[in-house]
Amino acid sequence: MSEQAHASTGTYLRIAAILVMVTLIEVGVFYVPAFQPVLVPALLSLSALKFALVVLFYMHLKFDSRLFAFLFSGPLLLAVGVMIGLLFLFFGAVRVRTGT
Amino acid sequence: MVNSMGLDNRKMVFWAFIGSECLLFGSLISTYLIYKGKSLVGPYPHEILNIPFTSFSTFDLLMSSLAMVLALAAIQRGDMRQGKLWLFVTALLGLIFLGGQVYEFSSFVHEGLGLTTNLFGSTFFVLTGTHGAHVTVGVIWLLTHWVQALRGKLGPAQAITVEITGLYWHFVDVVWIVIFTLVYLIQ
Repeated sequence: MSEQAHASTGTYLRIAAILVMVTLIEVGVFYVPAFQPVLVPALLSLSALKFALVVLFYMHLKFDSRLFAFLFSGPLLLAVGVMIGLLFLFFGAVRVRTGT
Repeated sequence: MVNSMGLDNRKMVFWAFIGSECLLFGSLISTYLIYKGKSLVGPYPHEILNIPFTSFSTFDLLMSSLAMVLALAAIQRGDMRQGKLWLFVTALLGLIFLGGQVYEFSSFVHEGLGLTTNLFGSTFFVLTGTHGAHVTVGVIWLLTHWVQALRGKLGPAQAITVEITGLYWHFVDVVWIVIFTLVYLIQ
């Protein structure tokens, strides 16, 4: 359970390069009309990748105690669950009212 | 301040705090998404959001996270010259992000979008404004460490306090990663 050593400077630089590349891909996907049908899943996947890289390597969750991961991921999953629940509740209610 | 599990108590409490912040931003993002597309009057998001400008702000914040980990690594190995440099760079990049947000907010107000103009304005300003307030706190926190380092009161023995500041800073970064996608790119 104890805290572990962190990543090397080289790893930090490689992660930064990946983050910049993924951001460029996100902006590219936004502007290219061919990607419009898959825009939302593509952007959500790329955003999740960036989120995971920062949390695992820059916030050291990959190397630290699993208790820290639990303290973070528990409320995070709860927040995502509430968000999805509210979206279904609101947009589901609109569809029932309008019959669409 | 190490507990029976070999973990630093301050770090453990701070992770719990970050967990609570997930719920705060989760509620604000949910509110934005629920009211998305329900504004009765303009300006609407596609008319006003500046993607190239915000992409630069995103790049700026990602680079500040890199500077933050480099600052922490330098302080942990006792290289205070590099530590001071990277702490200052992190705070400077945070200030550039805030400057960009002030510019964005003021340009939106000039184009007719205020806090009470429509549902988009209300939810957008509250969400991004709360994030901006967090960045402001982070910049002040970073500059405090930088001044401590300049006075010789920050060294490897105090690296845990810089690590906690770093956790806060990276969390602010990941919140922006989500906002950039959900608010700016998925319109």
